[in-house]
Amino acid sequence: MKTTGKVTGIVSNLVTVEVDGPVAQNELCYIDLDGIRLMAEVIKVNGNSASVQVYESTRGLKVGCNVEFEGRMLEVTLGPGLLSSNYDGLQDNLATMQEVFLKRGEYTPALDASAKWEFTPIAKVGDKVVAADWLGQVMESWLIHKIMVPFSFAGTYTVKDIVPSGSYTINDTIAVLTDAKGSEFKVTMQQKWPVKVAIGGYKEKPRPYRIMETGVRAIDTFNPIAEGGTGFIPGPFGCGKTVIQHAIAKQAEADVIIMAACGERANEVVEIFKEFPELIDSRTGRKLIERTTIICNTSNMPVAAREASVYTAMTIGEYYRAMGLKVLLLADSTSRWAQALREMSNRMEELPGADAFPVDLSSIISNFYSRAGIVILNNGQTGSVTFLGTVSPAGGNLKEPVTESTKKCARCFYALSQNRADSKRYPAIDPIDSYSKYLEYPEMEEFFNEKMEKGWVDKVLAAKNITLRGKEAYDQINILGDDGVPMEYHLRYWKSELVDFILLQQDAFDDVDCQTPLERQEYMLNLVLDVCNREYRFERFEKCVSFFKNLINIMRQMNFSQYKSEQFYKYQQQLLNTVENAL
Amino acid sequence: MPSNVFQRIYTKLEAITKATVTLRATGVSNDELARVAGRLAQVVKIKKDLVTLQVFAGTEGIPTNAQVEFFGEPPALNVGEQLSGRFLNAYGEPIDGGPMIEGERRYIGGPSVNPYKRKQPSELIPTGIAGIDLNNTLVSGQKIPFFADPDQPYNQVMADVALRADVDKIILGGMGLSNDDYLYFRQKFEEAGALDKIICFINTTEQPPVERLLIPDMALTAAEYFAVDKNEKVLVLLTDMTLYADALSIVSNRMDQIPSKDSMPGSLYSDLAKIYEKAVQLPDGGSITIIAVTTLNDGDITHAIPDNTGYITEGQLYLRKDTDTGKIIVDPFRSLSRLKQLVINKKTREDHSQVMNTGVRLYADAANAKTKLENGFDLSDYDMRCLEYAKEYSTRLLAIDVNIKIDEMLDTGWMLFKKYFKPEELGIKQVFVDKYWNR
Repeated sequence: MKTTGKVTGIVSNLVTVEVDGPVAQNELCYIDLDGIRLMAEVIKVNGNSASVQVYESTRGLKVGCNVEFEGRMLEVTLGPGLLSSNYDGLQDNLATMQEVFLKRGEYTPALDASAKWEFTPIAKVGDKVVAADWLGQVMESWLIHKIMVPFSFAGTYTVKDIVPSGSYTINDTIAVLTDAKGSEFKVTMQQKWPVKVAIGGYKEKPRPYRIMETGVRAIDTFNPIAEGGTGFIPGPFGCGKTVIQHAIAKQAEADVIIMAACGERANEVVEIFKEFPELIDSRTGRKLIERTTIICNTSNMPVAAREASVYTAMTIGEYYRAMGLKVLLLADSTSRWAQALREMSNRMEELPGADAFPVDLSSIISNFYSRAGIVILNNGQTGSVTFLGTVSPAGGNLKEPVTESTKKCARCFYALSQNRADSKRYPAIDPIDSYSKYLEYPEMEEFFNEKMEKGWVDKVLAAKNITLRGKEAYDQINILGDDGVPMEYHLRYWKSELVDFILLQQDAFDDVDCQTPLERQEYMLNLVLDVCNREYRFERFEKCVSFFKNLINIMRQMNFSQYKSEQFYKYQQQLLNTVENAL
Repeated sequence: MPSNVFQRIYTKLEAITKATVTLRATGVSNDELARVAGRLAQVVKIKKDLVTLQVFAGTEGIPTNAQVEFFGEPPALNVGEQLSGRFLNAYGEPIDGGPMIEGERRYIGGPSVNPYKRKQPSELIPTGIAGIDLNNTLVSGQKIPFFADPDQPYNQVMADVALRADVDKIILGGMGLSNDDYLYFRQKFEEAGALDKIICFINTTEQPPVERLLIPDMALTAAEYFAVDKNEKVLVLLTDMTLYADALSIVSNRMDQIPSKDSMPGSLYSDLAKIYEKAVQLPDGGSITIIAVTTLNDGDITHAIPDNTGYITEGQLYLRKDTDTGKIIVDPFRSLSRLKQLVINKKTREDHSQVMNTGVRLYADAANAKTKLENGFDLSDYDMRCLEYAKEYSTRLLAIDVNIKIDEMLDTGWMLFKKYFKPEELGIKQVFVDKYWNR
């Protein structure tokens, strides 16, 4: 028997319901408005009165409308067909909706029930299995999609029956499992999972120990993000947050990309919808969209569904992680998500924390970030969810609750600076304020010693130091004038400019420069450090300026040339000659 | 507004604040309109049989025994071709002495477009102003505000832009317009002989501020009618969105909601986004483009209103007085049209992006030269030429009184480059130099 209730109060999308039976926190319900069913979630219970947040407009809702509780939380459907889909925050398929305008109460199935998948069994009859163990696999475009024992299955089961290789729909039974008592459970290729609960089913979650390559030098070389790591990008509007995220989505060395457009501009989402199907994935030669899922809740879509959208995205990410895949989850922007929390908290008349955000904002954010990570599966393989969120701090001021709370839990911080953006130094990642905690991990240092070269982290720190010293020198030059400082200051400043122009700045719209593989990053860092470590003597500071401007020009040409091409070496030779002449 | 025989009438108010009244009533639906002592009001909160209404005209003089009638429907607008050329108030009622609008009733503040069904904006909207067309090209389906100080002539610029833009309909949503500005718009539209394609929804400062909350939704409901039903290109002008946001904060304050930054309601971002995101390029050719005005407090863009706006809109245009030339210009440094790359060089001449970037870069060099001059340093020959160039660039291209075609802007750009610089000082692609330098 389902619990039912009646609407007793309405303020915008917060509705209070008098219930006639048990309800659970976060339980889903449908409010019946003259035949239109509006989805809502319980967010507070007091006596027999439940406060629910409605995922749709509540226009026209009346006291006395009937409510039916579902006995489950907000769930996503997991199964083959998630990739290349375009969902809203509640996992409705936007592509299969008929009308131009979003219709209230229209929910479309997440997966195509008629599609046939070529299933190959992995488990055998008699195998002992637990939740998340692989029963078989299908090909989802070119990715191997594992069909798993549903995550909700507790304890150990025995495979009683498994279907032979063949073509099945997501509703066909592909296996029958029996539990310790001998009860039988049918398993299909799809399963449901509540979005607010992290998917488990792995053996352990070690500290991240290897890099997630993005091809962006300011990230990979200077502040690398680990596979299974977390990072965030705060920045005022117009600093190129979106360009960076898109570049990472296109280039990162991930198997699956999940883009959560959370409360952002619809025209930007249209750009993703339009661009991704055309973009070629440089690592596989396939279309990028084939390994991408887009979750989109634009800023004008209902605010409660915005809150759900990041969880929906994370749950889908965890699902692919359990298959042993590398997942990259990008959320733009987590500030909009936090604002959605604030709107609801405000309507519930909770006592506010800083800037009227709910007092538990910090713990909600860190709880969400903690769902990322690299895991060792029961079968010993690894899978990972790497999470990168953007933050849109009000007025570009980083001393605001969302940025501060995020800083506490995200391990990489990519501060976008207005100054850099204004002077067109893209990506505008500030080399001094930004950091990656992963550089301090001994596991990572060891990884770099293997993958790049011994002492890599020290080299990175040396390059960072050049930037810092350059900035100090620049401030002095500005105060004392060009002639008022020793030559050493000019040298320091221009060395930092060299690091900036050649390593930090990168042209996202240039075919070659947009993506730099790790090997090339290593080569260029060594080259730049080599140039910087030499002793130069100049009579006049003008000489120093023109010398370094010349070096920058030559090395930029190298950046634009194919790695190790004739042209590349030509410029390198030119560079070395110029340097030798100056010594 | 309609009346029907089943209208429910109540005559006892339980509570009155400056903007709201509360009474006991049943069968009331959320967002429904009502009339309280002859004034229009909207349901904003229901708690069992206690209904709170936001009274648009304010509650001054409303007694506890005021008569309250519920309409049983949310605010609506009658839409049809008859809207063309009309001046209406915040409730969609004529203020031009003409007849009531007949037509299909549409509830305002309707649902949003499925993002998957949107088309990518790709049509250029020429305005004749080089500070816009050349440096910050507008695209149909875009939403962009002017960030301006209250003393700047933003309404004039907006009227010019609207009249020059090649669109089928211009819809003006005036919020807290001074009566003088309202008459200015009216006269300007009449003089241009463009009345047949103009629709105005006007709330002046003489009217109560809370009424303003209806204006954007009214204007956009009319816009959706023409863009969706008639496949027309519609330009919506919203001035001034800062006053709209102020009205939001008044209501939330009266409802005892906890304010967030700058005493604005916590939902400001969503409230503004709901309006701006109505800008759309529809699959069947119709489009809604929104040009808005956000007035600033002494240029402060970190205030919650411009800040939230900046995250929603596709760029912003700044007006500034150029002290060297005395002209009002579109600031080339801080202005940005995020969609410009969708049309530049695609819908315009091949040299557009190079002329644009070079022009602005030289103007930046001039600004540096000026700083040098002010600090008492010697200027190089290049600096001097930059300064001369900047004056002419500002007068002939950036000034808002310029009205020329885009090709002419590009030619003017080349002319200025040639007058003050050598090709090797510009770093423009050689093919373009060969083609355009000596034209």
